Amino acid sequence: MIDVLIIGSGGAGLTAALSAKDVGASVLVVGKAYPTNSQTSMAQGGINAALSNAGDDTVDAHIADTIKSARGLCDEEMVQTMCSDAPHAIAWLDSIGVPFSRVETEEIGIKTVAQRQMGGASAKRACYAQDYTGLKILHTLYDTCLKHGIDFLDEHYLMSLVVENGCVKGATFLDIRTGELKQIDAKSVIIATGGYGGLYHNYTTNMTGATGDGIAAVLRAGGAVSDMEFVQFHPTALKKSSILISESARGEGGYLVNSKNERFTDELGPRDVVARAIFEQFKQAQEVFLDVRHLGEGKLMELLPQEVALCKLHENVDPAKELIPIKPVAHYSMGGIDVNHTMEVDGIKGCFAVGECSNAKVHGANRLGGNSLLEITAFGKRAGENAFKYASSTSVQKATDAQLQQDKTYLENLYAQTPTVNFYDKREVLGKLFYEKVGIVRNNASLNEALDYINDTQEAIATMGIEDKSKTNNTNLTDFLEFANTILLSSTVVSAAIARDESRGAHYKEEFTQVDDEKFKNHIVFQWKKERA
Amino acid sequence: MTLTILRSETNSHETYTIKSTKTTLLHALTDIKETQDATLTFTAGCRASVCGTCAVRVNGKEELACAYKLQDGDVVEPLNYHPVLRDLKVDKNKAKETLLQSTAWLHSATEASPTPKDEKFTERQTDCILCDSCYSACPVYAVNPEFLGPFALTRAYRYSVDKREKGVKEILDSVQSNGVWDCTLCGECTLACPKGIDPKMDIMMLRGLSVQEGYNDPSYATQSFGSPNFDFDPNF
Repeated sequence: MIDVLIIGSGGAGLTAALSAKDVGASVLVVGKAYPTNSQTSMAQGGINAALSNAGDDTVDAHIADTIKSARGLCDEEMVQTMCSDAPHAIAWLDSIGVPFSRVETEEIGIKTVAQRQMGGASAKRACYAQDYTGLKILHTLYDTCLKHGIDFLDEHYLMSLVVENGCVKGATFLDIRTGELKQIDAKSVIIATGGYGGLYHNYTTNMTGATGDGIAAVLRAGGAVSDMEFVQFHPTALKKSSILISESARGEGGYLVNSKNERFTDELGPRDVVARAIFEQFKQAQEVFLDVRHLGEGKLMELLPQEVALCKLHENVDPAKELIPIKPVAHYSMGGIDVNHTMEVDGIKGCFAVGECSNAKVHGANRLGGNSLLEITAFGKRAGENAFKYASSTSVQKATDAQLQQDKTYLENLYAQTPTVNFYDKREVLGKLFYEKVGIVRNNASLNEALDYINDTQEAIATMGIEDKSKTNNTNLTDFLEFANTILLSSTVVSAAIARDESRGAHYKEEFTQVDDEKFKNHIVFQWKKERA
Repeated sequence: MTLTILRSETNSHETYTIKSTKTTLLHALTDIKETQDATLTFTAGCRASVCGTCAVRVNGKEELACAYKLQDGDVVEPLNYHPVLRDLKVDKNKAKETLLQSTAWLHSATEASPTPKDEKFTERQTDCILCDSCYSACPVYAVNPEFLGPFALTRAYRYSVDKREKGVKEILDSVQSNGVWDCTLCGECTLACPKGIDPKMDIMMLRGLSVQEGYNDPSYATQSFGSPNFDFDPNF
């Protein structure tokens, strides 16, 4: 039996795989696509570590900035662990060959790594590799996994965790190519399946597959999820396509203007504040644009070539001559699978979670730029080590195939069902509804409308289903399974948002614009079994 | 606007009409799947040219569906030299094995002091998103399916010139057979790359490093240039 089964092959999963293998575990990494296709590739800005390569910095300052940004909702011990681990994480990434940007220096090793300023940081702390930090870390991790002979199983879609008596015993997967369902037994499981930005379909910078599959699986298996109401919105995405225009466009001197060509906010404020200022303009029937024309074509092509190309392609706009229409969209999910200090899932023994899918409580109500790549590296290592520790100290009996049979029946019914409602339409509607009613600025009336809609959709799901009845390579099927996951998670996001009658970080409620520590300095947790009991 | 797609189940081209103009190919494919034909199968991810999932061929040329602006009458087909799983969805496993064979990773790392100049030297090579466009464009695969191919060799080159690498010879050893000498230097890979990488140049550089390491172009050993007779003439 495999010691450590890792579900998800982004940066968190690959780091966990390498660390588990390093301590002697047998490892299998299973993903719904190929390893380098993951969301990690989209991270641009950097990875935080107090290295003092570009001015003075300390681990304590990194900790303080992270806690401040979390607005009282983080676990300070976890923050301390992550920030103290950061220099080691960079040293490790450097040792496996990550092509970081560098500074001119006589020094060696991590002292040569270039660092830059990110929002909310008191020092130049983000190590980067041009504007492709996530991409280059991800690909180097993948190369290193090949070096160490890590086994991969690609194009396998997670159906369910196999849990017996509160202990994880593996997971079931749909082999997307063959259409077969299979159970993979394991002594321990690490979930590294990414966030739930996909809930905001068409209104998120995330890839379409960011549907929180692992989070939904944990919820169904009796584990806990927490802080689901905290979703970070990025102020500048292209209006039509929701493609991210990097913060560096404003960092380099870009303005935000409305339809009257007036500036209305400090462009370099925290993400949640700028996003709300833009939303306020929308409410006054203003459009909002990013204006970088004054930088000139030469400078634009030198500083922001990717951004210029994306604007021309997706918005048919030339940033050197025209205003860029933008809107804030969902960017990062702070909430997720509730884990303890060893990264073990609350409610499922032997099951660990790491990365955006998890809530290790380091981001709290608002994530600091550059801390998510750090989280996947620092905590990925811990998850790998702790999973193997668990696997070696526990005698796990092979599970029955009850879960597999249950999943088989579910799929057979799905194939037999003739849909009368197109779920793709519902996915569009849900994305828009979430953006408008569970978005940047919330109020209880709108949230309750959203909850009603979700409940109706949940009931109507029996009328939806798959039109494509092919057994093999059925992406209509995986799209539907992903959609079902977003429906499940959407009710936790809305319910938590309704319960939180205050404003804190990314969660802003019109009727309660202040932080209310007395009532709400705590985490809202959902767990099916506990609710039933 | 019309769009023609090679469908695998019938092995024939099917033409779709879409309303929107000025759209990306990925947007059009998604629109068809959602509103016209749920069986149309393709893969995609980030929509922003970094995840490497959505490469296809449009009118015979490799393109990322998310970064290609659709033209009326375009013909869309799956990547070459990849087993087609369904419609535009292909099996990339064999292509990915070239990374394993070329041992494109840091073999024995040492702490070094890379400079900004070193960073720039392989910046482009490390922009690779493993979309497999170059693999699809490479004509060597028509005759040698075991060729290591452009992206794996570019990656091998990137590690072989990394200042932290002390095991350069091991990388070079791995790229001799079905590797650097099998490339015809036609440059199709360079034209196909959506990230502006130049695998042809990287392969030439790898050849140079290989020669320094004592390797020769094996074709010289087998090629016949006729048999010039330089027999020693004692009377000369």
